[in-house]
Amino acid sequence: MNGKSEVSEFFSRLYAENIGRIAEGSTPFINSFRKEAIEKFNLLGVPTKKMESYRYTNLESFFRHDYQSYFIPDVSHFRKAEDFRCDVTDLDTHGIVLMNGFYPTINGKLRELQGGIIIGSLNEAARKYPELIEKHYGRYAGNDSDGLIHLNTAMVSDGVFIYVPRGAAPAKPVQIVNLVDSDQDTFNQHRNLIIVEENARCAVIICDHTLSPQRFLTNAVSEVYAGENSSFDLIRVQNEHNNACKITHTFIHQERNSNVTSSIITLHGGLVRNNTYHRLNGERADCSSYGLFLADKWQHVDNFVSVDHASPNCTSNQLFKGVLDDVSTGAFNGRIYVAPDAQGTIAYQKNNNILLTDEARMDTKPQLEIYADDVKCSHGATVGQLDNNALFYMQSRGIDKRQALLMLMFGFAHEVIQNLKVEALRERIDGLVMQRLRGELSQCASCMVKCV
Amino acid sequence: MLSIKNLEAGINGKMILKGISLEVKAGEIHAIMGPNGSGKSTLAAVLAGRDTVEIRGGSVTYMGNDLLQMAPEDRSKEGIFLGFQYPIEIPGVSMVNFMKTAVNEHRKHKGLPQLSASDFLKLMREKKEMVEIDSKLANRSVNEGFSGGEKKKNEIFQMAMLEPKLAILDETDSGLDIDALRIVANGVNRLRRPDNSSIVITHYQRLLDYIVPDVVHVLYDGRIVKTAGKELALELEEKGYDWIRKEVDNQN
Ligand SMILES: Nc1ncnc2c1ncn2[C@@H]1O[C@H](COP(=O)(O)OP(=O)(O)OP(=O)(O)O)[C@@H](O)[C@H]1O
Ligand SMILES: [Mg+2]
Repeated sequence: MNGKSEVSEFFSRLYAENIGRIAEGSTPFINSFRKEAIEKFNLLGVPTKKMESYRYTNLESFFRHDYQSYFIPDVSHFRKAEDFRCDVTDLDTHGIVLMNGFYPTINGKLRELQGGIIIGSLNEAARKYPELIEKHYGRYAGNDSDGLIHLNTAMVSDGVFIYVPRGAAPAKPVQIVNLVDSDQDTFNQHRNLIIVEENARCAVIICDHTLSPQRFLTNAVSEVYAGENSSFDLIRVQNEHNNACKITHTFIHQERNSNVTSSIITLHGGLVRNNTYHRLNGERADCSSYGLFLADKWQHVDNFVSVDHASPNCTSNQLFKGVLDDVSTGAFNGRIYVAPDAQGTIAYQKNNNILLTDEARMDTKPQLEIYADDVKCSHGATVGQLDNNALFYMQSRGIDKRQALLMLMFGFAHEVIQNLKVEALRERIDGLVMQRLRGELSQCASCMVKCV
Repeated sequence: MLSIKNLEAGINGKMILKGISLEVKAGEIHAIMGPNGSGKSTLAAVLAGRDTVEIRGGSVTYMGNDLLQMAPEDRSKEGIFLGFQYPIEIPGVSMVNFMKTAVNEHRKHKGLPQLSASDFLKLMREKKEMVEIDSKLANRSVNEGFSGGEKKKNEIFQMAMLEPKLAILDETDSGLDIDALRIVANGVNRLRRPDNSSIVITHYQRLLDYIVPDVVHVLYDGRIVKTAGKELALELEEKGYDWIRKEVDNQN
């Protein structure tokens, strides 16, 4: 038996052992995806470095591990989630806490806000709003070649459901806090479905945290539908400990004239792999995909972005930055696909990275597949050190070297942060990034959960 | 105030300063002129503490201390200011943050309390007016996208904020229009005090009409080959450097 199938075997077994309980708790529609999904997973397995899009990321160290539990919720588990309050005092949001991928039962599983907006548990929404789920669930998670997406579809039980009907807009952002907490090494999955109908607007903040020091592996899938003329902003802040592995797959499907921004701020985490798929499905849709990561020790952060220009006259912009210290490693893979009839496409991509040591390493790779001729496209990538001339300039004004270094790194990072669409969060993240750069943000869950 | 003795320095193994001696006393203004590539900026870089320049010999004493042993930031806090020939762009670092940090570092060094945000902005406004710098520039990243002239004015603005004891201005006049030249010169003159000194590196007599030097030096091929009063600048303006070259060649 070779290594790959051995690792994958564990998850196939997990499926076999738990599918009864999982299916029992889900609706027939959600269950109808499972069999085909596990078959595909069994075929594809856990991605290895032999796969082009996972070339720079070795998942083995986290996947070759005997996770003690595959979490099935019990009310007692939710006490922490219930106690949780976001400490970002000036951040006024509709808060949702997911505990190990599950929506706590405590406060009612679905909330209806003004204007017909619904937020709550996906599992519950599948029962209560089957027509909405059937219209959107599983439609956008489209990358057939990544076994982990199928693994999620096969075994997932719950996650967050957000529905913003035509013309509506929640008064404040929705904040999803993903907590993982267990006294055993745990493998978690969850699934979010966000529907923003035509002329609707919505901002969603996702915070990823670990609360206990155990080894965690999380495999999360989010599907987003942004209807005609809609506006959607997604901000993900990741702050997990070094013993945690987080894999996210986010699929954003955009119709005509819609505007979407996605921002991923990775402050901390052992192994992080974010896959962000943008599909510009209707004319004049616009998307911006931002990312910033700060890595040290032996952390590894990999961002995979794919922008699919499926319609004419759409615009896209990718900006990803990384700061790598110690022996940390990182990767960026930015794909731009322009379909044959997607004339008038404008697509930009920029990836800049700073290596603070000789041992840190960054791999960056653009991937352009352009089949239309009226296309404006640019891409650029840099991997380098901090600018010594700038450092000297600052020192020559009396700023000591350590402080000057910090200011330069912060300035570098701020180019991403300044794009965040939620102002209160922008200031907060500026502060967190500064703390992180000073080396003060190294504990798990020190971010929005405990730091103030 | 500043005493340079037999200074020898190089970059990447190439000798550039080949034995420079220079005395600057409190209250004096020295002009340094000389053809392109003669080592003027290299000398300025040594004084400011740039570590890419290798010191091969000689000594530099500033206010009684061994300047070459001091970190660049300490030199600044002790009153040395270098106006860069080519000011550096620093994307992502705002002028306000940059200057606030610098000013407060200087204050800390002097045992003064940090400036409050409003006091700092007041100080900044005052100095901006003095150098007639566009208010908007102060809200941008340091030098990013500034025009050549704006960058030079920004150097004088920073100098006004930090009030140095010894200002070294490396071609701050190059690339300035007539009005800007006057503003820059006024900025320098206003900071002039009996205990402050300046070293003004320039190619043009024009600036020296505004900032009248006590001494003019000609730096040629890493050496100071001529030192005289302000009339030397006029002579150079008229005759160029050829006669100096010949003089030097004849001596060798
Ligand atoms: N980084 C470097 N590597 C190699 N040579 C250098 C470097 N920097 C400066 N030099 C050389 O040192 C010499 C002196 O340069 P410097 O900049 O001091 O001249 P300068 O007198 O200021 O000239 P200018 O009037 O053109 O500003 C030049 O020959 C230059 O090419
Ligand atoms: Mg020069």
